[in-house]
Amino acid sequence: MSRVDVLNGNLAAAHAARLSRPEVIAAYPITPQTPVVEYLTQFHADGSLPCQMSEVESEHSAMSILTGASLTGVRCYTATSSQGLALMYEPYFRASTLRLPIVMNIVNREMISPQTVWGGPQDSMTLRDAGWLQIYVEDNQEILDTTIQAFKVAESAEVLLPINVCYDGFYLSHMTERVEIPSQEEVDAFLPPYRSRHIILDPETPMAVDPLTNGRLLMEYRRKHMAAQQAALVAIEKADAEYARRFGRSWGGVIDEYRTEDAEYLMVSLGSVCGALRECIDDARARGVRVGLLKIRSLRPFPRARVIEALAGKKGFGVIDRNVSFGTNTGILFQEIRAALYSAGSRYPAASFIGGLGGEDLTLEIVAGAIKSTIETVDAGKIDNEASWLVRPERKA
Amino acid sequence: MGDTLSYFRQDMLPHIWCPGCGHGTATGALVRAIDRLHLDKNKVCIVSGIGCSSRAVGYLDFDTLHTAHGRALAFATGIKLARPELKVIVMTGDGDCTAIGGNHFIHAARRNIGITTIVMNNNIYGMTSGQYSPMTPKGFFGTTAPYGNVERNFDLCELAKSAGATYVARATSYHVPLLIDLIEKALLNPGFSVVEALVQCPTYMGRKNKIGGPVEMLNWIKEGTVNVKAAAALPPEKLKDKILIGELYNKQEGEYTADYDALIARVQRKYDKFQGGLYGCASNSD
Ligand SMILES: Cc1ncc(C[n+]2csc(CCOP(=O)(O)OP(=O)(O)O)c2C)c(N)n1
Ligand code: SF4
Repeated sequence: MSRVDVLNGNLAAAHAARLSRPEVIAAYPITPQTPVVEYLTQFHADGSLPCQMSEVESEHSAMSILTGASLTGVRCYTATSSQGLALMYEPYFRASTLRLPIVMNIVNREMISPQTVWGGPQDSMTLRDAGWLQIYVEDNQEILDTTIQAFKVAESAEVLLPINVCYDGFYLSHMTERVEIPSQEEVDAFLPPYRSRHIILDPETPMAVDPLTNGRLLMEYRRKHMAAQQAALVAIEKADAEYARRFGRSWGGVIDEYRTEDAEYLMVSLGSVCGALRECIDDARARGVRVGLLKIRSLRPFPRARVIEALAGKKGFGVIDRNVSFGTNTGILFQEIRAALYSAGSRYPAASFIGGLGGEDLTLEIVAGAIKSTIETVDAGKIDNEASWLVRPERKA
Repeated sequence: MGDTLSYFRQDMLPHIWCPGCGHGTATGALVRAIDRLHLDKNKVCIVSGIGCSSRAVGYLDFDTLHTAHGRALAFATGIKLARPELKVIVMTGDGDCTAIGGNHFIHAARRNIGITTIVMNNNIYGMTSGQYSPMTPKGFFGTTAPYGNVERNFDLCELAKSAGATYVARATSYHVPLLIDLIEKALLNPGFSVVEALVQCPTYMGRKNKIGGPVEMLNWIKEGTVNVKAAAALPPEKLKDKILIGELYNKQEGEYTADYDALIARVQRKYDKFQGGLYGCASNSD
């Protein structure tokens, strides 16, 4: 039987990890991910998480340990944030190119400089091309459900890639919500034990992992890796559908749509700001404005076909990015959406926004302003080549 | 003693440390040692990593650099190489220095680079709320050691010594005059100096281990330590589980940037048409 509890995002992630029965966990504490490590240590000490667990001396070591562990064919889990992810980059890239289905929650935190500890998905979005699957979620229930599904997606035979389930630092990691926690039996029925068949260090069948490899062969690896990313589009949808059947909750697979059917304008974003967008969309709808939400869940693989389909027949769209893409004048998601539409031969008026960096609040007022400004841009038939900045008015002293 | 407050960025106060935290005492000791030596503020650069301890530099009115977790010594090495005439000081925590930054620590010591390193050791990761560190003694509790730490801990001073540091000392936030003296001597050592300052973290180390508040922790630190001079006269059973404080090692050896400059001067003499130097080589630009 599942049970209902009040959990912060980090505890929801820790329960998901526990229920997925990882065999090796290695993690290093960093704000705002730290409580995940503490909860897991407590579960481990209490005996409710039987696994090998190591509090290592850095994130680089954490991912290196998991690489070694995963190569012996066991299920592995970790979590990190921002600077920790940056330090992990070397083994991060390698875990994906070795095709190791490691699951890692990224508790999104802004990158320094200047020094900051608050939320923002710049950390993981910057690494979108490192070969991992990346899913962004909006609330604590979605953290729990998606993290459990992530093991299934990563380990499925046609995918075999590591995966990040990314959620907002503080807004989700430290805020409590009602969360339904499935029972161990239910999760076991959904998620069978992992058995590695593609790459495994086993004395019975010796294998040399990663000898020096020429470019021709390396390209063959990359081509297959790209194909596995495409296969993940299907695997994510399948896992979501099966989860919905068993647990009664679907998160939409690679994208989620809200009030889009008859919409003329779409707002596009990812992560926790989608909550504010839903509220503002309801508000606008009440005033007769036909606007809807396209929430990108899977940034990698990018759900090109679903995005094209969702936008078909709309007047135009606006994208709220809580990140920057230096040198392009816009945020990352805006570029991704534009690139997807180019392949469909469609040209939509579009507005680009950047805001909510470094934990700045995207208030309902600001988000409503972005919707209004999107409608103006779209009605004028314009396509932004430079993002507008969403900033709170300076507080009067 | 001069006006120590003038060494602080007073507009940044009050500080973020918890009441009774030992980091302020160690920071105060550093400032007093600098004051005694009449160091020119503009010739001092203080570098820190990340942690409660590393926050100290934000309050100090010198050229300061707050870097990444574990990397203070690497940044400081760059500064010292480029500007060897500066007095470069590193303020770091036990986690910052010996976990994520352990590699930089042993290599800075091995090179004997002229950096004075103050390690504010509270035996725990304070900033991230009380996980055990490589300097948490075996059996002690932390948020990631709910039933006691099973790992062994470093003896930082032994580590520094064996890695090649030329000045190594230890004092505590209880023995403040000693701490100031030792930092002063460390600042005078041309090579790599390490002063370990044992300090209390009442919020996590104290609470998790039921040692008590700041006063009880200071007593705990006092009871756990013996001055190295007194230790010489004590029988081994009296020294069991005691931590030695005082000057533990002091030996003059060539300092890295000075040796480097000497090498450049020697090579330049040998090839006297060579126009290069510390700041780049004009005849060697292709
Ligand atoms: C790459 C990276 N990983 C993790 C962290 C999170 N972090 C910040 S401070 C800290 C530990 C600090 O402990 P210590 O150096 O002992 O200093 P204290 O806070 O106890 O003074 C950690 C793990 C970080 N900032 N960067
Ligand atoms: S948590 Fe510990 S180390 Fe950090 S400021 Fe508080 S007492 Fe000091």
